[in-house]
Amino acid sequence: MMRYSALSLALNALTGQRHWRPVWRDAAPREHYEVVIVGGGGHALATAYYLAKNHGITDVAILERSWIGSGNAGRNTTIIRSNYLLPGNEPFYEWSMKLWEGLEQDLNYNAMVSQRGVLNLYHSDAQRDVFARRGNAMRLHGADAELIDREAVRAYAPCLAFDDARFPIHGGLLQRRGGTARHDAVVWGFARAADRRGVDIVQNCEVTGIRVEGGRATGLETTRGTIRAGKIALAVAGSSSRVAAMAGLRLPIESHVLQAFVSEGIKPLVDHVITFGAGHFYVSQSDKGGLVFGGDIDGYNSYAQRGNLAIVEDVCECAMALMPVVGRVRVLRSWGGLMDMSMDGSPIIDRMAVAGLYLNAGWCYGGFKATPASGWCFAHLIARDEPHPHAAAYRLDRFATGHLIDERGMGAQPNLH
Amino acid sequence: MRIPCPHCGDRDVREFVYLGDAAPRRPDAHAPDALARFVDYVYLRDNPAGPHRELWYHGFGCQAWLVVTRDTRDHDILGATPARGVS
Repeated sequence: MMRYSALSLALNALTGQRHWRPVWRDAAPREHYEVVIVGGGGHALATAYYLAKNHGITDVAILERSWIGSGNAGRNTTIIRSNYLLPGNEPFYEWSMKLWEGLEQDLNYNAMVSQRGVLNLYHSDAQRDVFARRGNAMRLHGADAELIDREAVRAYAPCLAFDDARFPIHGGLLQRRGGTARHDAVVWGFARAADRRGVDIVQNCEVTGIRVEGGRATGLETTRGTIRAGKIALAVAGSSSRVAAMAGLRLPIESHVLQAFVSEGIKPLVDHVITFGAGHFYVSQSDKGGLVFGGDIDGYNSYAQRGNLAIVEDVCECAMALMPVVGRVRVLRSWGGLMDMSMDGSPIIDRMAVAGLYLNAGWCYGGFKATPASGWCFAHLIARDEPHPHAAAYRLDRFATGHLIDERGMGAQPNLH
Repeated sequence: MRIPCPHCGDRDVREFVYLGDAAPRRPDAHAPDALARFVDYVYLRDNPAGPHRELWYHGFGCQAWLVVTRDTRDHDILGATPARGVS
């Protein structure tokens, strides 16, 4: 397998780019694996990679019903950050942030990790206090956070509407290490690195049943035949309930649709990731020049991968309130992804009630930033049958024991998280 | 998406507030397995891909709770009835 370097780029440029090869095998499934991972998104591929790299488990297959990265890994708004409040969350997301910082060197793949800064705006004194508390919680866990005032925001992001009468910008909570990464490249980088360590990536292979014998999951029925496995790991966000139902299990999850948007390409306007504190709206600008933005989930159960106009209007209203300068920019595309909305707004990385089954689910609309740490901690759980310390709070039984991780304090109402 | 309110006729989804699956029933608090049943009632959902009976509140209309049957795969509304008296 070719290693990327300045030399390999130059050599291929001089030879007409004719010698590049596919960077992962299109594997046919074997009859048995030590570990089978259902799902071919970023979390699944990261899990396979860290199973091989950290735990020496290479007899692993990824089963993807379509092509890898075709679900939420290819539909998100590419933001990476670790600005969480609660002790169950912040160490995990900060570990993910640290993995992002070394990911490209580790994978030998350009994932276009760009630490351009994530700025959460506040619009009142009360909101400043809330953000100060969050920033302090982040710093206590070793993450970076700065509370900046209105004039500092003006210098940082001059395109915003500072004198809006209803929602004046008072300042912001800034995480300079946050930013964006190229979502497809993350998928491809993990796929290539996992493949190099022997993982079989099996595409166009839909799981249709989970074989349970004597209370233990022993294999999968798929559109490409029966595949037996020592351990079966589910990382199928959006479809978690449907796959769990194949083993007779119900989850504390509803599937919801989240829309995202991209504008026509314009000259550099938004240098950072900026979120509006008076509504739910976040925006960054891609390297191609398009503004990438989104807002709330639609709010009802959905597997449709498309949403309704009410949210389109709401998101565009937020954009106009925050930065009226974009009023004449046209929206180029919008799309929808399926969110595993959990009952407390936090994810699940745990064993399931059927032995041999492992669950990685419930990422709500924050799964992309978690990709490396999710794979790292899920691989740890699968390999050692004990939770990784950073993901120890992401238990499936917390809904029964009351140890919920509810960042927004909304209660068991998935569409409010 | 438009919801055919049985009192008001076809109305835009913006007039409604969504609660969720209409199936859960509050368990008997005195049952011997009440704790497990309440965990099920509060947290666990079938979350089907297909027809889904769900509770919507017509807050900007007749202010009635409705049971709407909707296909979660394509948002096709299959029916809407007042929630009162529906089991």
